[in-house]
Amino acid sequence: MSEAIALPRVEEEARPRPAVRRVLGLSRDAWPRILMPLIIGIASLGAWETAVRVNEVPPWIVPAPSVIWATLLRDWHTLSVSLWITLQITFAALASAAGLGLLLAILFAQSKWIELSLFPYAVVLQVTPIVAIAPLIIIWVDDVRLALLICAWIVAFFPILSNTTLGLNSADHNLRDLFRLYRASRVQELFLLRLPAAMPLFLAGLRISGGLALIGAIVAEFVAGTGGRSSGLAYRILEAGYQLQIPRMFAALFLICVTGIVIFLVLGFVQHLLLRHWHESAVRREG
Amino acid sequence: MEKRFRNGTLALRGVDLDIGRGDFLSLLGPSGCGKSTLLRILAGLIEPSAGSLDWPMAVHDSRGAAKPKLGFVFQEPTLLPWATALANVALPLRLEGMARSEREHRAATALARVGLAGFETAYPRALSGGMKMRVSIARALVTSPDILLMDEPFAALDEITRFRLNNDLLSIWQEAGFTVVFVTHSVFESVYLSERVVVMAARPGRVVREIAIAAPYPRDEAFRTSAEYAALCRTVSLCLGEAIAA
Repeated sequence: MSEAIALPRVEEEARPRPAVRRVLGLSRDAWPRILMPLIIGIASLGAWETAVRVNEVPPWIVPAPSVIWATLLRDWHTLSVSLWITLQITFAALASAAGLGLLLAILFAQSKWIELSLFPYAVVLQVTPIVAIAPLIIIWVDDVRLALLICAWIVAFFPILSNTTLGLNSADHNLRDLFRLYRASRVQELFLLRLPAAMPLFLAGLRISGGLALIGAIVAEFVAGTGGRSSGLAYRILEAGYQLQIPRMFAALFLICVTGIVIFLVLGFVQHLLLRHWHESAVRREG
Repeated sequence: MEKRFRNGTLALRGVDLDIGRGDFLSLLGPSGCGKSTLLRILAGLIEPSAGSLDWPMAVHDSRGAAKPKLGFVFQEPTLLPWATALANVALPLRLEGMARSEREHRAATALARVGLAGFETAYPRALSGGMKMRVSIARALVTSPDILLMDEPFAALDEITRFRLNNDLLSIWQEAGFTVVFVTHSVFESVYLSERVVVMAARPGRVVREIAIAAPYPRDEAFRTSAEYAALCRTVSLCLGEAIAA
């Protein structure tokens, strides 16, 4: 092998990267994806504003977007504190869901018996409505923050567990044979084959869970908020409802939506960064 | 040697083969004749139900078991899609625990050997089918195996690419001198490549006949168009026809 003569280099060329035309730093076909939803959004807001003004709808029924925006700026201090609390719970829930979901999925992949015995209970946890058990958790757990975190975690963790379990088991059978042929250890097989193979599904699960963690946090806050023991964005909504401060309710709602969208986009970007070299979902189609 | 699957199917019956060091042997037969099963038994991926494999020439490993170094090429390229060509070829060495610089050096050499110098950093999806198969062959060669087991490696490729890979495989084999066991369902490919064609029949899988292909190496396009080649293909075809009818 050492004094091997190399074959002449293969003439075929690797598929050339298509030249991407850029406008203001973004590729040309990225623009419609940004502009079209933006146009629709602005048009709807304009229609809303006009309808409210023309019909003189009072702000405690439907506030105009301009009023909501003004309220958002005016109450930014209170709202931002609440937003920060909700964000902390959401990210803590997402991180622990990702960590524990991944660990549990790895455990499942190591032993069919563990998977068979535990997976049904994960399903039970998933199908139990969080609104129904949130009051119990809030009663049982003294620390409100921790109670909220547990609620959000329960909602967020299942997609990661089920997706990663599927991903770990979906490694190509020939590749598994190859690893066996070269006498790879279980750890080697896990890190060099199964985990990378599970990556696309894990990330897809993470993207679903990102939104769910936020929903879980909000729902739990609502439940806790009715007891007056919370201070996140959902509590602001409840509070504003009691006080008939409808514009503030909308402002808080707006912040929740924006948070959800940002989480979705950030996780999508992470997914793209990690998979762009190899996975079909992250590779631009040519032609 | 025999192989019976757990569902009771007898996949192989009374297979008795002698493979010499440095041989180029083809297993030829219809689908379901157990040629892939035989190859997987040789690879140690499955155990025979009866009979045994002897490796008289093999070095004894630390556990005292005689096992030659194997290289395996699957029907599909079977590459890690998330790893570069270089990392894919270096994989067997990585599993052995070889240091990074050493294994990358060897992998680069193996890639150059199959004509893919300069494609080290390419990801599999950017490579054509033929190039992916070359990477797969480089990966099998990187450990300097005693035996190269190939399971219909070129079946999914177009004919032009297949001819080129046939020639390249022959030149690598002649220079390195390892043993090749090549599973195929193509009469022409088996005659072109091998010193010996083992014709197999199905249900149950068994060896029907061994045909020696005496033509000298190096074989090239002149051989592919010679009357001798045509005659050999005819012989093997007839034999295969009988095997299918039997």
